[in-house]
Amino acid sequence: MSSAATRTAQSPAEKPAPTETPSPTEAQAPESQAAAAQTGETQAAAVPAGPADLRAAVDYADYRLVPARRPWRWVGTVLVALGVAAVAWSLATNPRWEWGVVAQWFTAKSVVNGLVETLKLTAISGVLGFILGFILALMRLSASPLLVSVSWTFSWIFRSTPLLVQMLLWYNLGYLYEKISLGIPFTDIRFFEAQTTTLISQFAAAVLGLTLNQAAYSAEIIRGGILSVDQGQLEAAAALGIPAWRRSTRIVLPQAMRAILPTAFNEIIGLVKGTSIVYVLAYSELFYTVQVIYNRTQQVLPLLLVATLWYVVITSVLSVFQYYIERHYSKGAVRTLPLTPLQKARKFFATHAPASTTGPANTAGRK
Amino acid sequence: MSTTLEAPASTRGLVEITKVRKSFGTTEVLKGISLTVEPGGVAVIVGPSGSGKSTLLRTINHLEKVDAGFIAIDGQLVGYRVKGNKLHELPERDILKQRTEIGMVFQNFNLFPHLTALENVTEAPVVAPRPEKARLSQAEARERGLELLGRVGLRERAGAYPRQLSGGQQQRVAIARALALDPKILLFDEPTSALDPELVNEVLDVIRELAKSGTTLIIVTHEMGFARDVADTVVFMDQGQIVEQGKPQDIFTNPQEERTRSFFSKVIEPAFNI
Ligand SMILES: Nc1ncnc2c1ncn2[C@@H]1O[C@H](COP(=O)(O)OP(=O)(O)O)[C@@H](O)[C@H]1O
Ligand SMILES: [Mg+2]
Repeated sequence: MSSAATRTAQSPAEKPAPTETPSPTEAQAPESQAAAAQTGETQAAAVPAGPADLRAAVDYADYRLVPARRPWRWVGTVLVALGVAAVAWSLATNPRWEWGVVAQWFTAKSVVNGLVETLKLTAISGVLGFILGFILALMRLSASPLLVSVSWTFSWIFRSTPLLVQMLLWYNLGYLYEKISLGIPFTDIRFFEAQTTTLISQFAAAVLGLTLNQAAYSAEIIRGGILSVDQGQLEAAAALGIPAWRRSTRIVLPQAMRAILPTAFNEIIGLVKGTSIVYVLAYSELFYTVQVIYNRTQQVLPLLLVATLWYVVITSVLSVFQYYIERHYSKGAVRTLPLTPLQKARKFFATHAPASTTGPANTAGRK
Repeated sequence: MSTTLEAPASTRGLVEITKVRKSFGTTEVLKGISLTVEPGGVAVIVGPSGSGKSTLLRTINHLEKVDAGFIAIDGQLVGYRVKGNKLHELPERDILKQRTEIGMVFQNFNLFPHLTALENVTEAPVVAPRPEKARLSQAEARERGLELLGRVGLRERAGAYPRQLSGGQQQRVAIARALALDPKILLFDEPTSALDPELVNEVLDVIRELAKSGTTLIIVTHEMGFARDVADTVVFMDQGQIVEQGKPQDIFTNPQEERTRSFFSKVIEPAFNI
């Protein structure tokens, strides 16, 4: 039922004030057909032939526009709300979730320490992984066959070995190579030498494994983003004499970001939970800590809930970051930036507030 | 190469293209092109699609390397340095310097979409290495950028992003961007081909103004009326060769070569007969 049809249905007599149109659309359809048929007949009688019959009978310019109604949206909203309420209710009322235990452990010192370790691992291996990934992506896109194949091989190896195996290999590197040294190959000159086991702690093995693995994946994400930028951009920048590094960082990368960010945040959020794999190193991040606790107290479900809630919190915070960072990089890509939730809320309250508070309405409008 | 002092205004922007050849794979796209454009001159290159016009323009600022022959601007080789009897390609930095003296305007504008009109214009003067000139500070570049946007009639739109501008406006910003480095030479590759017909003239008018300014212009275009107005020389290219060149009144009214005649009959006659 289009709005055009709704408007045709108004009889000329009602014209000055088509007040509300609360009648259901079904009821209106036959009416409009009847009206159309009627006008068609009368006009056919009055005007003999020609395109004149097709002209609008009435000047609708003063009619109010009524947006199309979307009843299914409301049905959907209600169903979803019911579903959410049901889940919330069962969570709140089922005693087996043991919310008291959850509350007790949620901010316990050991859990918070584990949380900090998780955040530390995520931040360090995330940042290092993406930096290394950026370098690998540039290598892969370079003109040098050597750099291309080194980058390709790196991604190939680290994407085809299970992360678990990588972790254990790094941690047990001391078994494969007793000493690590930095020097000139095939000579006795050594600048630096150390026992592998002292060099590679649990933390180092964890960061190394997560970083290298992350780098292999982010290299592909970044490469995809760079490839999505029009070649003409680089050409224009080169024609203007803009130096190569600046071309990458100021012209290409900001545009590539739009393609990179959604997948990159996926990766980071995956990494937050992926860090739990370091349990194989008995590294006490959030998940390992929780496991240790419930093995002792046998309160498995509530403690899993503690970890889950923390993951939800982290992911939520990251999602907010994602929203604003993506918005930042969409500058110029869309004609007008969509309002942020905050701006939307302000606008909502401004337009729904009493007429006296016009101040916020104006600011929201200008934004 | 940078020892030469800045040439006096009268000799600024002499372009000499000599026996330039270029192949892509096995197809030879430029088959020994020689062309001289005098300082401050306006050369318009016309010819059928695929005849090598864009490739020729791109060799002038070394976006495309030539396979043989050479290009010189005010007597300086573009992209190479003479050593003994060999031409050695210049390091990237020196090529960038040379490019700052050669502005280029593209068919698809190639504005940076994430930067405002003003930022598009000010980017290069702040970061590009220039021969005998210091880089501009942000403030200087901004002032100059606004002045240039004013010159193309877009001072009020300085803060707009390219996608918020019409095609004609975008191309004018692109021209302002090319002018920001005070180039001796400006290359235009079909600057109005991507525009709606009613927007073509606002861009051509800006180029007409530039033609009077003493900057050397090399323009690839299909706008024959415009070519007749502004060109000192019209160059007709076909299949990687210059078939014929001459003053517009001569070449349009009395082409010597059969290929030129048949091309113009296709491009000009329909327009005048409608
Ligand atoms: N980078 C490239 N690789 C391969 N072929 C190319 C490349 N650039 C241009 N060509 C070919 O060179 C010929 C001339 O192209 P171009 O200079 O763009 O012609 P014009 O601008 O006169 O239409 C065309 O056949 C085109 O397909
Ligand atoms: Mg072309």
